[in-house]
Amino acid sequence: MSEIEFLSWVRGPGFQIATIIFVAGIIIRLGEILLLGRKTNLAEAKGSEMRSGMRTIASRMLPPDMETFKRSTFTITAGYIFHIGLFVTIFLFAPHILLIRDIIGFGWPSLPTQIVDAIAVVSIIALLAILVHRMTDKVLRHLSGPQDYIVWFVTIAPLLTGYLAFHRLVGSPVTMLALHILSVELLMVLFPFTKLMHTFTLFLARWYNGAISGYRGVES
Amino acid sequence: MSASLEKGINALKEQVDSSVASFFSSCVHCGMCAEACLFYTETGEPDRTPITKTEPLRRIWFTEYTLIGRLMKMFGLAKTVDEQLLADWETLVYDNCTLCGRCSMVCPVGNDITEMIRRTREGMAVAGHAPDGLIGATRRAVTIGSPMGVKVPALMAQISHIEKDSGIKIPVDVEGADYMLLLSSMEIMNFPEFIESIGKIFAKAGASWTISTDAFEATNSGIQIGVSDIAAELVQRIVDAAEKLKVKTVISPECGHAYMAIRWDGPNLIGKPFDFKVRHILEVLDEFRKEGRLKLTGKETRKLTYHDPCQIARRGGVIEEPRNLINLFADNFVEMPDNGKMNWCCGAGGGVSSIERADDGRLNVFKRKKAQLDAIHVDGIVSACSNCRIHIEDGLEEYHMDIPVFSLTETIAEHLEEN
Amino acid sequence: MTKEISPKDRTLGEALRSQGISRRSFLKFCAATASMMALPPTMIPTIANALEKAKKPSVIWLSFQECTGCTESLTRAHSATVENLIFDSISLDYHHTLQAASGHAAEAAREAAMEENKGKYLLVVDGSIPLGNPGYSTIAGISNLDMLTDTAKGAAAIISVGSCAAFGGIPNAKPNPTGAVAVSDIIKDKDIINVPGCPPIPVVITGVLTHFLTFGTLPELDHLGRPMAFYGQSIHDRCYRRPFYDKGLFAETFDDEGARLGWCLYKLGCKGPSTYNACATTKWNGGVSFPIEAGHPCIGCSEPHFWDGGGFYRALSMPTEDISKTAVYAAAGAAAGAAAVGMMNRFKKNKTSESHEKATIDDLKK
Repeated sequence: MSEIEFLSWVRGPGFQIATIIFVAGIIIRLGEILLLGRKTNLAEAKGSEMRSGMRTIASRMLPPDMETFKRSTFTITAGYIFHIGLFVTIFLFAPHILLIRDIIGFGWPSLPTQIVDAIAVVSIIALLAILVHRMTDKVLRHLSGPQDYIVWFVTIAPLLTGYLAFHRLVGSPVTMLALHILSVELLMVLFPFTKLMHTFTLFLARWYNGAISGYRGVES
Repeated sequence: MSASLEKGINALKEQVDSSVASFFSSCVHCGMCAEACLFYTETGEPDRTPITKTEPLRRIWFTEYTLIGRLMKMFGLAKTVDEQLLADWETLVYDNCTLCGRCSMVCPVGNDITEMIRRTREGMAVAGHAPDGLIGATRRAVTIGSPMGVKVPALMAQISHIEKDSGIKIPVDVEGADYMLLLSSMEIMNFPEFIESIGKIFAKAGASWTISTDAFEATNSGIQIGVSDIAAELVQRIVDAAEKLKVKTVISPECGHAYMAIRWDGPNLIGKPFDFKVRHILEVLDEFRKEGRLKLTGKETRKLTYHDPCQIARRGGVIEEPRNLINLFADNFVEMPDNGKMNWCCGAGGGVSSIERADDGRLNVFKRKKAQLDAIHVDGIVSACSNCRIHIEDGLEEYHMDIPVFSLTETIAEHLEEN
Repeated sequence: MTKEISPKDRTLGEALRSQGISRRSFLKFCAATASMMALPPTMIPTIANALEKAKKPSVIWLSFQECTGCTESLTRAHSATVENLIFDSISLDYHHTLQAASGHAAEAAREAAMEENKGKYLLVVDGSIPLGNPGYSTIAGISNLDMLTDTAKGAAAIISVGSCAAFGGIPNAKPNPTGAVAVSDIIKDKDIINVPGCPPIPVVITGVLTHFLTFGTLPELDHLGRPMAFYGQSIHDRCYRRPFYDKGLFAETFDDEGARLGWCLYKLGCKGPSTYNACATTKWNGGVSFPIEAGHPCIGCSEPHFWDGGGFYRALSMPTEDISKTAVYAAAGAAAGAAAVGMMNRFKKNKTSESHEKATIDDLKK
């Protein structure tokens, strides 16, 4: 298969397959969760479930107090860096916005390429540090399994291949672009079967947490 | 009837709902919950990581309620729940967790890990993997009416002493009283001053109250061991008594999990709302304060701090009320570092203090509370849970710290204006 | 073809002088060529010397499945350019379009040139070679495949001019009904220089020829066999509109505000980032302009299989299928799937609840 044929497959059928698994997988996972339902709380409420639930979706982005931040500084900081980095490189980079516009019909302004570039580098460094942390910290070694490392890989691969492709650093540009798109497709295909689902389910989890707390009048 | 693995698995199956499913789906293995749990911070043992304590429940959720998990189970690729797992998890789920709730507060994806551990206990218990100490307490609570084995005659004897010593009338089985007070066996036997204090305060406040001999026990071993059916049975006794005496409000005393059991779990355990209100004694006292029915005199000049009992504050919602009350009599009050809803557990709740083999453990993790106290150098600790109180006293003794521990209610009673 | 009566004996220098090309113009050409091939100025005398003394080498030009665009490009004579004169100064012994002879005479001329200059003639090929059925393209009854393999035997080197000869080109595009292949797919034992483009820039071919005439060797080639001097950088890296790409300013349609302001054409499908050629620097028509400057996105014509790149007006990074439709269908199917799975969950939960036996203190111990 020639380079351009590889790229054509990846841009064509490859993307379709990945989209199907991604979309269908997420919807089925969410249905699996939501349709289990939850019993109504019969105790006398001290606060509003809905308000507290919605509030927690946002407030849980930050640690509850300084003590927690001090004890989990690396996890919180590195986590923030690569999440923001992913957001910027995926959603504020011109070629990606073009792709999104093509799929959903509208786009938005992009950030200058140099800024996105720098943020990509910082994110890659953060992810590398996170890998080292996961492999050396005793709690994380206890917690982690193959899935954690696989997910780490499919998260950093698009960033790395994207950076290499964009800068024409390694290999032929057509092949690198194809590898970059392929790495994203791999991420999409694994998404519904791994902890990557937290992207969507954390809205539910945080809501439930806030609802439970808020019902009792505790700000969570 | 006896415990069995099958019963345990069925119980775990029943515990999975949409909230539990969304929690397990969201965990990203970040490890922050460990750094919030005193059983990890004071021991450095990674198996105390809160989310991993829920492994039995997780396996059931995965293999029973997810498509991919079901498929993997079909092909023998998924981990299942067996006797060995439950046996290995016993000390993690019971001895090393007080259900304090800090993990639920810090989890960045919003998991209520405490609730998940509570639900894991449902499966552990009926599979025969709950600690003996808790099983014993639960047996006594169901058959005798009190986990410490306190029966009505003993209660009446204490009441009689109090009435004689103080001259205060302690109402018993009074129909139509506004408030029905529950008591923990700990208070009845070890801190009867509490009952006396209630008598004094309510008399001054002009509030009608009573104790019921049908249901005087506030503690709920069912909640601690994690068997909702048993917990419901214990709650039903209180409900029956409250309805029989036609009271407006049931008061949960200075006991941590008792409040959780009757206030927040109660109606859900028995399956219908209560006809009466449930309040913690601190909430009632704060009401009196707001209505001007609490007249105190004299200031406490000793440097005091307040320990927030987990089930009352973080898991219960009673955080402001004790501070409002303390400010009535304290001239020199300082907060602990990490106070209010983020305060650290004393180490003895959730049934831990009933487990003898866990004694060394809970004294060890008291180091966390000690560190908080060392930072502020106080002359007295105020709290509102007898279990916390006893354990804090044990801990202070263990670490050679000479700080008195006070009950908030009793302190208020002491500062009541004499007529 | 040639203007002189005894063309084979004249050196290139003699030939140029006879055209009235001054020494000065000649040296200017050598300087321009040197700089285009990224050679230092010290090489200019060497180039001049070599070209001066170069005996007009024999060049056999074979045209297979092609559109003649490459020849058109190379012989563009808006004015008497020196490039054209260089052409006059090789012995172009065989070329369909440009030769005066035809029929048997033309074929005889080719065979004679091959025999006389055995091992030394340059073979230039444009057009692809059909392997599906050799009968798809023949010259004088000889299939392209046979003529190529035959003529390649005695060649010093082969230059594949145009994307068809270099990579297969238009005929090779899906579904490739003639089984068209590139020269390099057939000839494996000769040096081949690929000079792709659809068509290539005129000065690129003359630069390659000049290199060959000067040094007698192939210039430095990239992994696709293209001279690095001309194909070493992407259009993207040399495009004058690159600052607009970096700033995120794109033309959205062909005559919108952005297009008029000369913004980047990436969104209109420009293949600049993945295309290697000299268009952005050397340009066309004697340096007048190139497609992007004229407002049309680069189509990537010097890259293999550029016809199968998913459309000229779709950026290379864009999907070729309708993803939104795919997603909607997937979602619809998934909704049904989710309902099914969800009901299964509920059913299981209800069944478990129904078979719930109230737990008592006897259930706490085995």
